[in-house]
This record gives sequence, C-alpha cells and structure tokens, in this order.
Amino acid sequence: MIKAWFKSGSPWVWLNAAAVSMSLILVVGLLILIAVRGLGHFWPKDIVEYKYNEGSQPTLIIGELVEISRMTAKEAKASGYKLPDNAKYLEQRLIKTGNRDITGADFRWIQSQYIQQESYPEDLIVIERREWGNFYGRLIAVKEKGQIIAEDDQAYTVAQQRIDRALGLFDEIEHLQKKEIGAINYALERLRLKQRRLQLEGKWNEAEEQTLAAEKASYKKSYQELQRQLSQLNEKIRRDSLVVKEAMGRTVEIPLAKVVQMLQPNAMNIVEKSWQYVVKFFDFVSEDPREANTEGGIFPAIFGTIMMVMLMAVIVTPFGVIAAVYMREYASQGLIIRIIRIAVNNLAGVPSIVYGVFGLGFFVYILGGNIDQLFFPEAAPAPVFGTPGLLWASLTLALLTLPVVIVSTEEGLARIPKSIREGSLALGATKSETLWRTVLPMASPAMMTGLILAVARAAGEVAPLMLVGVVKMAPTLPLDGNFPFLHLERKFMHLGFHIYDVGFQSPNVEAARPLVYATSLLLVIVIIGLNVFAISIRNHLREKYRALEN
Amino acid sequence: MTEVNPNQINNSSSGLQKVSAKYQKWRLLKDRITEYGVVAGGLGVIVAIVLIFFYLLYVVFPLFTSAETKPISQYSIPEKTLGQTAFLAMEEQNEIAVRFTETGKVIFFTAKDGKTVKIDAINIPEQVEVSSFSHGNLAKGTVVYGLSNGTAIVLKPVYKISYPNDVRKITPVLEYPLGLEPLILDEQGNALTHIAVKMSEDQTTLVAKTSENTILMSRFIKEESLFGDDGEFERTDVILDVPAETISHFLLDKRQQYLYLLGRQGDMTVVDINNADNTKILQKLSVLEPDSQVTATSFLTGELSLLIGDSSGMVSQWSIIRDEHGQISLQKLRSFKVSQKPIVAISPEQRRRGFIAIDADGVAGVYHTTAERELIRERVSEQMPVFLTLSPRANAFLMQTEDDKIHFWGIKNEHPEVSWRSLWGKVWYESYPKPDYIWQSSSSSNDFEPKMSLTPLVFGTLKAAFYAMLMAIPLSIMGAIYTAYFMAPKMRKLVKPSIEIMEALPTVILGFLAGLWLAPFVEKNLLGIFVLLMFVPLGVIIFAWCWQFVPRAIRHKIPDGWDAALLIPVIILSAWVAFLISPSIEDLVFDGNIQYWMKSQFGIGYDQRNALVVGLAMGFAVIPTIFSIAEDAIFSVPKHLTVGSLALGATPWQTMVKVVLLTASPGIFSAVMIGLGRAIGETMIVLMATGNTPVMDFSIFQGMRTLAANIAVEMPEAEVDSTHYRVLFLAALVLFVFTFVFNTLAEIVRQNLRQKYSSL
Repeated sequence: MIKAWFKSGSPWVWLNAAAVSMSLILVVGLLILIAVRGLGHFWPKDIVEYKYNEGSQPTLIIGELVEISRMTAKEAKASGYKLPDNAKYLEQRLIKTGNRDITGADFRWIQSQYIQQESYPEDLIVIERREWGNFYGRLIAVKEKGQIIAEDDQAYTVAQQRIDRALGLFDEIEHLQKKEIGAINYALERLRLKQRRLQLEGKWNEAEEQTLAAEKASYKKSYQELQRQLSQLNEKIRRDSLVVKEAMGRTVEIPLAKVVQMLQPNAMNIVEKSWQYVVKFFDFVSEDPREANTEGGIFPAIFGTIMMVMLMAVIVTPFGVIAAVYMREYASQGLIIRIIRIAVNNLAGVPSIVYGVFGLGFFVYILGGNIDQLFFPEAAPAPVFGTPGLLWASLTLALLTLPVVIVSTEEGLARIPKSIREGSLALGATKSETLWRTVLPMASPAMMTGLILAVARAAGEVAPLMLVGVVKMAPTLPLDGNFPFLHLERKFMHLGFHIYDVGFQSPNVEAARPLVYATSLLLVIVIIGLNVFAISIRNHLREKYRALEN
Repeated sequence: MTEVNPNQINNSSSGLQKVSAKYQKWRLLKDRITEYGVVAGGLGVIVAIVLIFFYLLYVVFPLFTSAETKPISQYSIPEKTLGQTAFLAMEEQNEIAVRFTETGKVIFFTAKDGKTVKIDAINIPEQVEVSSFSHGNLAKGTVVYGLSNGTAIVLKPVYKISYPNDVRKITPVLEYPLGLEPLILDEQGNALTHIAVKMSEDQTTLVAKTSENTILMSRFIKEESLFGDDGEFERTDVILDVPAETISHFLLDKRQQYLYLLGRQGDMTVVDINNADNTKILQKLSVLEPDSQVTATSFLTGELSLLIGDSSGMVSQWSIIRDEHGQISLQKLRSFKVSQKPIVAISPEQRRRGFIAIDADGVAGVYHTTAERELIRERVSEQMPVFLTLSPRANAFLMQTEDDKIHFWGIKNEHPEVSWRSLWGKVWYESYPKPDYIWQSSSSSNDFEPKMSLTPLVFGTLKAAFYAMLMAIPLSIMGAIYTAYFMAPKMRKLVKPSIEIMEALPTVILGFLAGLWLAPFVEKNLLGIFVLLMFVPLGVIIFAWCWQFVPRAIRHKIPDGWDAALLIPVIILSAWVAFLISPSIEDLVFDGNIQYWMKSQFGIGYDQRNALVVGLAMGFAVIPTIFSIAEDAIFSVPKHLTVGSLALGATPWQTMVKVVLLTASPGIFSAVMIGLGRAIGETMIVLMATGNTPVMDFSIFQGMRTLAANIAVEMPEAEVDSTHYRVLFLAALVLFVFTFVFNTLAEIVRQNLRQKYSSL
C-alpha cells in the first residue's frame, strides 16, 4: 500500500508543498525575529536587583536582565563550573549592569543558582548618559554648585526639572557649536580657497588682500562673540549634578551636562511606559548617534540614505525611461534588441560590488580627479570631487538600478494596447507626439513602479557604497545652511552601512546589538513598504490595461 | 507597428487647417530629435555595460604588460684618477649617484651626466691600504671598508633634502655610525681580505676574513642607556671555526642570524650566528652544477633568500626553509637562465622581490622571483659590464663597463610581481615549507612580500555559492513546482509576492542576522540543525500518509491546493521536536558536544562563522530569485499540454515530471544560473557571516573569503594604481566575467524558451 502511495506521486507533491511552507516560515520567521528584537529596544525595561552570593561575600547586582541561557550539567562541569550534584542544567543570566566607568564592562553573566533574592524596588533609576553608557543605581541627592538642594524623596522630581533645564542648555550649545560656529569655519575655509585661487590665477593684489582681511576679521569677531556665549552656557550647564549610588554602595556624582535622561522604570505604569516608548522611538529617528554610533539616534544615517536615494532617482529615471522607450517603441525587434536585452539583464546580474569598484575607479578617480584639476585647483592637494562622496554614490547606484527602471517601464509600455498608438498616429500626431501625449502618460504608473523598486534596491544596497562615499561617522550633513546648501562632494552616512558598522566594527557589539536590530527593522519596513507599494501599483495597472484591451 | 509617414498627414491636413509650414517643420524636427535622443539613450545601455567591462580591463591590463628599459645617458667615470670603482649606488630620486673607490674615496656625482658634486674620503692611517669592501643593507646604504691593518671603517652616505626657493636640492654627506676612527677587528693586524657588515637598530655585526684565513666576527650590541640615545656598545668578538681557504663570497643577513660563506666552486657553508657565543654550522652543501663557478651573489630584499649567479648564465634563488618537522635547511626555490655567459653582476630591487642580472656579454635580464617572470632581456652594452646598480625605486640602473664608461638607463617596470602563475598557481614563497596558494596582500613593511593568489578567493567564492545553492535549489525549485502547478490560485496570489518581496530584503540585514544571531545559534544547536534536516521531510511524509485516513468530512474542509498551509504547523512542530531531542542525542552519541566530538574523532575543526551559516543565509537570499523565475517558467507552460496529459490518464505528478518539468526545464536552468550569479557576487552576507580567512578548505564547518568580500575589505585601503589595486580590479573583472557568463547563458536560454512557448 505504501508502495502504491509512493507510486501515485502524492508524497512528492506533499514534499513540494513542504518546500513552499518552509520558505514561508523562513520569510515570516525572519520578519518576526527582526520585529521583536527591533521593537523591544525602545521598551523601558524593569531594573532588577539581585542579592547574589557566589561564595565569599553577598553582593548586590542591579541591572536589566538581557538573556537567560542554559547549559547541560555535563557541559558546565567540563567548562569548570561548580554545580550541585542533582542539578540538570546550569542556568546563567546576562545582566546589563551598565556603569562602564566604574566596573569597566556593561554586561555581566551571573549564575542563577547563587541568586538569593530577586526584587524590583521602585526607587531604582537608570540614567542615560552622553558618555560611558547607562548608569543603574539609586538617586541620593541633587546638587547645585556643589551644595545639596534636594535629597531622598524630593530628589527625583527636582532632578527631573533640572534635567529639563540642562537639556535645553545642551541644545543651545549644540546649536552654537554645530550651526553657528560651523558656518563661520565654513566661511573662513571658503575665504582661504578664494585667496588660493586668486593667487593661482595671478590676480592676488593689495586690494583683494585688504577685502579678504576685512572679511576674515569680521568672522573672527563674531567667532569670539560666539565663543563667549558658549562659555557662558557651559558655565550654566555645569551648575547642577546628581549624586547617585551604584549597586556596590559607592556614591558617584554625575554632572547634569552628561545626562540625557533619567527614569524609574519600576515605578512606571503601562501608559507611562508606552509614552516613553514613543518618545524613545522618536529620539531614535531624530537624534545624532553617540559613543561611536553605539548609542543615540540614527538621524544622519536616515538623512544620508534619503539624500542619496533622491539624487539617484533624479539621475536614473530619465535614462531608464529613455532606454525602455527605445527598446519598445523605436528599435526594430532584431538581433540588436536581443543583444540589448542581454546587456540589460547582465547589468541587473552584475554583482553590486563590481559597480562599487567601477564607481571608485571611473567616477571618483577619473571623473572626480579631472573635475578637481579643472575647477578646484585651489583645493589641491586636498581632493574635492576626487574622493568618494554623495554624487558618486548616487551615480553608481543609478547605474546599478538602471535595469530595474528599464524592465519595469518596458513592461508598462508593452501593456499599452497597440490601438491607442495607432489611433494617435491616425489623428495626425507624429511619433514623438504620440509618445509624449499618449504613451508616456499612460506608462507613467509603470515608471513609478520601476522608480520605487529602484529606490528600494538602492536603499538596501551597501557593498558598493562602502567604496564610493559612505562613512561610519560624517561630521556634517550633505545638506545644510551654508552656500551652496547641497554639498555633493561630502561623504554621508547610510542606514545599511550603519548596520554593518555598528554590528561588526564597533568596540562594544553586545551593547549596540539592540540598536542594530532597531535600525534593521526600520530599513526593512521602509524597503518592504516601498516594494508592496510598487507591486500594488503594478497590479492595479495590469488590471486596468486588461480592461482596456477587452 | 504601423509606420505612418508624417508628411502624408501634413499634406492631407494642410487643406483643412491653416497651419504654418514653420510649425509643421518644427513638429517634424521635434520628432527627429526625439528619435535620435531615444536611440542614443537606448544604445547608451549597451555602452554602459561595455564601459564597465572595458574600464575594468583598462585598469587590469598594465599588470600583464612587459617592462621596458631605455638608455638615458652615458659618460666617462667621474674622477677616474681617484681609483677603481668598488661600488656604485644611487639615492631615492635618481638625481645623485655615488662611487666608492678601491682607494677609499667617495665621489658623489649627478646620475644623469656624471658631473662631480662632492668628493670625500675615509680616514685611512698612513701606510695602510684598503684591502676589502662590502655593502650592508642596500636600503640603508651602509658600506664597510676593510683595511690592511686589520681594521675596518663603516660609513653611509646620507642625502639631505632641502627646498631653497621651492626647488628640491639634495646635499650628500657621509656619516660614520660606528665612529670616524677605524675599528680594530683583528688584533694581530692582518689585512682583512673579505668583509661583511649588517646594522640594525640595536646591534651591528661585522664579519671578516683575514689574510691568515681566519674568520672573525665582531658584534656590537647597543646597551640601554638611561640618558638618551648615546648608549654604549657592548662588543663581542668571536673567531668562527670554519675552514676559510676557499671562501670568496660573504653574505650576512640583516637579522644577523645567518652567515653564508660561499666558495667559487659553489661550496656553501651556512653558519648560525644568532648567538655570538654559540655559533654553529647549520649546513654544508654545494649550490652549483659541476663545472660552473660562482660569479655574483646578492640578497633579495628582506634578505630571506640569496641570489647566486654562476658562470653558466644562471641565477638561482636559495632560501632557508623550515619544513613540516621544524628542520631548517637552505633550499633552492627556483632559477632563471639569463644566457650562456657568466653572470657579472646582480642587483636586487629594494622594495620588491625582483632583481636585475647582467652577463659578460652585456645582456641584462630583469626578473621577478616569486612571479617567476622575465620582464626584460636585452643587450644593454657592447662592452663587458663591470658593475651594475639598480636605483632604490627600481626605475633606473647605473652600469659601469670595461671601457670606464658609466651608462644610465631608465626602467619602466610597474607590476612585475603579478603573473598568470602567481595569480592562479602554487607559488613557493620565501621561508614557506612548500609551494602554496596564498592570499595575503596587506604589507606592514617592505620586507613583507604581498602574496596575491586569487585561487583561494575563487575557491572561497565557489564554496560559498555551492553551499548556498545546496540550500536554495531544492527549496526554491520544489516550491516553484508546487506554487505554479498545484497550489490554489488564491493562495498563490498571496504566497508568490511574499516570497518575491524577500528578494528586496537588504542583504546587509541578512548578513547581520547570520553573523550575530544565526552563527551563535548554529554553534549551540549544530546537531539540532542536522536532526531538523531529517525530521522535517520525515514529519511531512508521515503527516501526508496519515492525512489519507483522516475522515472525508474533515479532509474536504481543506480546499484543493491548500496543503502547504496545512503543513506549516507540521513543519514547525517537527523542527521544535528536532531541537528538543537533539541535546539528548548529543549527550548519548556525541559526548555532549558535537563540535568537540568531531574534533577529537575526525580532526574536523569548527569555526563559528562557517560555510553552513553562509549557506543558510545566502541560500535564503537566493531562494526568491530562483523561485520567481522558475515559477514563471513552470506556470507559463501551455495549458493544453498538461490538460492533454491528464486526459490521457497520467496522474498529476506524472504530468508534472514527464510533461511540465521537461518543457520548463530550460527556464528552471536559467533560474538556477541567475541564482548562482547572485550567490557568487553577494558581498555583505559573506563579509559578515564568515571570518573572511582565505583558506582552501572545503569543510562546511570552516569559513572562507570570497572575491566580493575581499574587494569590500581591501579596496578602500589599496593605493590607487598600485599592483594591489589592479589585482583587486582583476578580482572584480573575474566576478564580472563569471556573472556575465551565467547571466548571458540564462538569458539566451530564456529567450529561446519564450519563443518555444509562443510557437506551442
């Protein structure tokens, strides 16, 4: 009977079905994995306090529980752990204890068997700091100019008010440093280049020298004024500090200038936590990274990705559409078009890293190098366009995504019924008028689809960008308030590269991991969203033309 | 498409409307412009791909071009009256050369036209003559004069560069690192007939042979001084117990570890002098064929190997090799035949493992040792050459001939270190036990030789692709078969896009998950993964078998073609069971730790980021590509074929195998090809999920380094237009060609298939 069953082929069909199910499970499982890990990052976790005794002396451990792992008793004994005889497993807990400045590490593995007591006291605080990661412990007092002004129960409320004030001051300082002083530095640099240029052209004379010196002096003056304001603000922000006690009982003073946020997660209810979650998420997408990208937000990476993708879209759309129109409307369907099809498909199949190599060699060194020689001789030996940057990254990705736009547009053109073109021509329109007035407008959703798919592809591509312009930390955004506003030659940050960099190149991978998951989640959502959008446009289009044809 | 002549329209409508001729012309012009624009744009696509290819080729091409040499000038020996030449050298910029004479004079002259710049002389006491001369490390420029009273003077020319009025000016001066006064080597005061010197930061060794045929060694070790750097030297003197009568060539390596003593007949003695108090003879051997004599010797840069030129026109490379058993011996790595005439001089390059050799006929050969390349062989002199020196950058050489002329030649030799053999074949590198494939491009110093064999990278690429395909092909093709042929249309509408969307998932995310989540997971649950591979199909079959016996009422509630949905819980359950029981199996069969068990039983090492992880992650990335194309191919098999088959009584599965698959096989083939192309070129996953070590090990538990990952890692650091840069471009070209072949093949097959379908 089994033989007959096998002969009928039914088990094979089942196995094929299993392959589909397996693929689906993998896909969905992957998305769930990213989503769970990524979303969990922003949830304010409870802080646990353990009474822990490993033998000699009981200690207190305060921190967030990250992970529980189990090892069989045999394995544990082999690796040198001591276990009670009847134990089957060795359970270990990974605790994020923070306080890197005091203990030297963010994380600690402890063994569950030695935990004597586990509690969640409401007065435990977590302080997010600008340096050294999180602090876990208890708040003792708030100090102003070295004098204690609040203690015990009031301390928390007073501290929150003071933190708000300090944050306001910090924003002002940031603004002064980045925007205003940055602008002055930029202007001074332009003056230097101007002088160099005039010297190279042989037009450098007394009059020029004087005007330049005058401009320089005025910048210097406003710079000094800003410096003065800055030192005042710094003075103000240094006023307050927090006195805190860590798990081992040592008291530490944390200046408010270094505090981003202070929470008592154990005392928060679900509503407060949800609100906190939203706030954290917003901070994540709108703030600059801190501590070698392992903390803080990812705003520059989002911004860089968007800028690059937009520039790329501007470049790729016309070329892609023209190529598609040629293949569908103008070329005679013979050998040449066959070769072009093969070429397009090859372009789509060439590994992205090869585009990166090409972009680096051809765009950056050849094109960029020549542009520098022709237009920016004053900057030498520092390269302007002769180094990886936004423009070259966009161009490289435009080349990479060209086939996507071509294929999609061509499909759109192919679906437009012949009768429409013939009708237009019969009414006396030239071929180009037919194209402009009827065919292209009808194919525009298809182009849109192609463009969206191209954008989705470009947003996720990392390998070529590593060669042509992405950096782990860009000091300035490619778009700012300084003339000419859009700086095509600048290097930029990118979400995909951020994931690679933080996940693999950062000194503190363990601490940065949740952040990488969150970044991944964001990227996945954007890309899948774009794709779903593109596919739905395409499907809609197909339906529409099917109706037209009938 | 119907072509309509716009002129006709023009004619017919002119009567009806008063349209100005000018406007009509403008319309026609616009039409033309659009046409040309579009055609140009379309052809631009071909241009783009051709450009990529040719640009890569253009960068790679100089690697394989031959070197050139051409004469620049020739002139009489400067200050001939001051004595015969003992040695010639040049400084970095090829502007100033120096001639050390046999009388202890040092003459600096311009390399281009032989004008004397400066004459200097060493401080020789009265009644004493120079009896021997030798040079130390070429890059440092040290030379030593041995004198007839058993003393020696060490000196080196130093070139000071200044820029008065923005013009480079090079001023040569002499320095005496061991003092101006001659050092007494032989207390008896016998003449030093042969001498060698090597200096390093903290120790200096001098070895000399006296006229009494004893070999003396003096070593100066700089003592750490508390006050600055004017430290004292601790001196050790040793008399080496080596028969010295026949010795004619002294070679002392710069680590001051080995002393090579060579007689004219090729009798070589290697002495280990690392410890001055305990020198010992390491090996005695003959380095020549009978009937030939040693005529020239030199170290290769790094001084790990010797070049020995003989009277039969051969130059052979010898190096101290430590074999697998730790046995040290001098072995011949390779040899180069310059001509039939004796070799007169050998001069090594200072930055690369190349050298120039010249024979008595004036035939010069430029070679690269590890690449085994002969770059130039040319007769550069009618006269018999006497001396030859390469410039520090190996872009020029000075040659003195018998008729007391100096010839200054330029060399253009950009990339000698790459050859077809060195890229793809096994190469025997200095101090390696045997020839091997090695990729090790980064160099920390000039002494380190970059090893650029693409073989381990191509191997790694194919290995990664192989394991990825091993995972992807069965899942994606079986999935495609089911989705296209058996699945209910409603479910297909849901399943197909959701698998296809995964194609857009950024590989950096897959790589990140593979490296930071999957790799530790697999390490922990290695056995679980393999148990899962057995359990899931088993579970499915068992479920399918039982499903027949489920009451009809329930069975019919599940519509046809929704079996896949039914299987999802089954698969999850069997996977869960697999992971649940695998620790117990591990305990019972594999002593609780399968990695350890494999290591101890079979010697299979386990790397956390290995081919299995890459295979899983990259397989996942490739599944949607293959699935999508294969599904299209199967789905578009004309319906009348399948219907016909079913009508003739074949079961659905028979129809599938015998009709549908057969018809769609070219499409499936092209799907696999495209998937393979993608797997080969994938960068981020391999970069993040492997350790990126370029090993040649096909084991599923070992990592690899692929071409693409290698480019991503090393390209940002490669100096533009250097050999390394060009070799990385070559790697890109290889990738390009790989994928070009696969894609073109796939595309042609697909186009043919499309035509076949439309004719059916």
